Amino acid sequence: MIDFEFEPQTQKRIQFFHTVAEQMMRPISREYDEREHEKPWDFLNAMWAASTAPGGDPMGGADASGQGGVKMRNVYTVAATEELCWGDAGLFLSIPNAGLGGAAVMAAGTPEQKQRFLAPFRGGQPKWGAMAITEPGCGSDSAAVTTTATRDGDHWVLNGNKIFCTSGWMAVEQSEGFVVVWATVDKSAGRPGIKPFVVEHGTPGMSVARLEKKLGIRVSDTAALVFDNCRVPADHLLGSAEVKRGGGGFKDVMATFDATRPIVAAMAIGVGRAALDFVREFLAEQKVEIRYGLSPRRLSAVERDFMEMEVQLKAARLLTWRAAWMLDRGMRNSLEASMAKAKAGLAVTLITQKAVELLGPLGYSRRYLVEKWMRDAKINDIFEGTQQINMIIVARRILEYSSKELN
Amino acid sequence: MLSFELSEEQQMIRETVGAFAREQIRPAARPADESGEIPAALAAQAWQLGLVQGPIPESLGGNGDTRLASTGALIAEELAYGDLSIAAHVLAPRLLAFPVLEMGTDEQRQRYLKRFTGAAFAAATAALTEPRWDFDPAAMATVARRDGNSFVLDGNKCMVALAAACGTILVWAASANHGRVEGFLVARDTPGLRIGEREKNMGLKGLETYAVELTGCRVGAEARLGGEGGADFRRVMSQSRVATAAMGVGVAHAAFDYARDYAKERKAFGVPIATKQAVAFMLADMAIEIDAARLLVWEAAWHLDRGEDAHQESYLARNYVAAAALKVADNAVQVLGGHGYIREHPVEMWLRNARGLSALEGLATV
Repeated sequence: MIDFEFEPQTQKRIQFFHTVAEQMMRPISREYDEREHEKPWDFLNAMWAASTAPGGDPMGGADASGQGGVKMRNVYTVAATEELCWGDAGLFLSIPNAGLGGAAVMAAGTPEQKQRFLAPFRGGQPKWGAMAITEPGCGSDSAAVTTTATRDGDHWVLNGNKIFCTSGWMAVEQSEGFVVVWATVDKSAGRPGIKPFVVEHGTPGMSVARLEKKLGIRVSDTAALVFDNCRVPADHLLGSAEVKRGGGGFKDVMATFDATRPIVAAMAIGVGRAALDFVREFLAEQKVEIRYGLSPRRLSAVERDFMEMEVQLKAARLLTWRAAWMLDRGMRNSLEASMAKAKAGLAVTLITQKAVELLGPLGYSRRYLVEKWMRDAKINDIFEGTQQINMIIVARRILEYSSKELN
Repeated sequence: MLSFELSEEQQMIRETVGAFAREQIRPAARPADESGEIPAALAAQAWQLGLVQGPIPESLGGNGDTRLASTGALIAEELAYGDLSIAAHVLAPRLLAFPVLEMGTDEQRQRYLKRFTGAAFAAATAALTEPRWDFDPAAMATVARRDGNSFVLDGNKCMVALAAACGTILVWAASANHGRVEGFLVARDTPGLRIGEREKNMGLKGLETYAVELTGCRVGAEARLGGEGGADFRRVMSQSRVATAAMGVGVAHAAFDYARDYAKERKAFGVPIATKQAVAFMLADMAIEIDAARLLVWEAAWHLDRGEDAHQESYLARNYVAAAALKVADNAVQVLGGHGYIREHPVEMWLRNARGLSALEGLATV
């Protein structure tokens, strides 16, 4: 039976995340946007404490109720992500956890590797995991990476440059974390030759070259990493070193990331909802009524704009929930995940831009957070698969074309 | 708990109605558009699906099925996938039957519902839309004035489906007393009710629609839907919007499927045009919009099924779908290029039909 209501446990936790967003994130949102790359350690420590407490989870969700976990993990995650990004998307990305690096370990690692690399994230000091795949010369065509891994005795030796590594600085220099680095062990092999390596903080030969200065999500660090004869033990290669031609390896791991795209869609939706809620309250204060049910021909331009923002956000959210729900049901969701990401990224980019427009000079002012949300929103149309990459994935699926047939 | 899965019964209904739409309705779509006529045999066949008598209680001769807006939305989408005119034709009797079923007095239910429980198609309809550019169900110009033990109706309606064939029309009018909209069950031969010429529209050409004029049209107090308590017009509109939106999804889906298949067949520069990003991206966008639109419809229907107010949800969903369906249909014509403009292909018809979805209210109900 169709149902659009979350299970009670998830609802309860969303309430908790809303409180975190409202009371811990919003008050420092502007300050840390302005201070770019400075970290709000009080907030980060609090989130780490919550996530490592009994019943905690990587989002910093504390389960003090003692009623056990949620039934639908992915649905819960997108719902929680929306709440936290309603608070602040940059702060959300800064929360200490294994992040995308952890996701790569989970997708590609052996059971022993999962235990070895992820156990430290269950206690001790706050830690970050990051993933480095993009290079100065390749982004969406991740199969074109040029960073090399060469075998030397019991070690792999990494050489190359990585950019756009979210939380890379925190993982490498500010905590005892790690970065999963994608490098080719055999350039002639193409995709199957690309392997993930766990490089732990403080490994000689790995350094942070710079932190990018960005349009938005400024509190979150985006690192450029250099690997110069960086030696990692052989058992830091996740999964098998064997280069299997014709699929496997890289492709399967990337499929896992297709499946996590609803989370990025949920990030966008959180930011979009922040802007929508602000505009709704603002218009109410100005005594501008939103008259649902009227002939569209009798609505004011502001009413039409607002309703369009509202329904676009809702459409994106429903697509996102569906993609997450499918994953929880064990269904393949590559098409639906990309639909959600493509829709949410673009919709929220436009929603937040419209929010700035609707408020006139006030929207443009840094007195309010609306201009920040517009800057923050744009990243969701870019990272974890650009709008265009997701459209290609959708197109291939609906047309039943391979990447060779449609590229 | 969040779920996007239909019940087994809903899946079965969807499959049955979907098969009927593909096999029976679709082949009749173009002929109906060209001739302006929907074969009576086809409407009779559709009647057998139980679209109208399904939720009527067994005590009145119906099937006694549970009436769900979500199921209604599935049915409307599937039928419209076949053809919008034919879908609107076969669903038109619901416009009278369902409000009477849900909001009528016992006497009204006894009197009006039995006619829908026979084996033959029973035409019925409702008169909602008015011939004004800014027609608004919330600001109806048709007025019902209380006069002793009767009501006098005055106003003009248009786009009244099947009006000429109906024994009774459910006329929606604003009360001269309190302004709220109420329904009146008006026999077609009531003095003061005049059915005009059949209308000629851009699309929905197979569907017979008429102007209806009400001039001092007097009906007894017992004609008021729901008696003294009246009817919940807000809910009627929500149900209507969900149905209209669901039909929009059906039209869009039809256009998308056709364009996708064409783009995979049609070659330019030695390769199928679907392998070009300019075309592939249009198709991807269409697919995303259709899914988004359908989920908005489902969510609005779900609120109705929980007995909740769905005024806002159904209104937003309907407006979203109207725009999305038009865009999808237009893209479909564009994918076919010059061929899309030729009446040999159905996409130009779907573009005309999709346009009607934003212009029209009260085409169907769930």
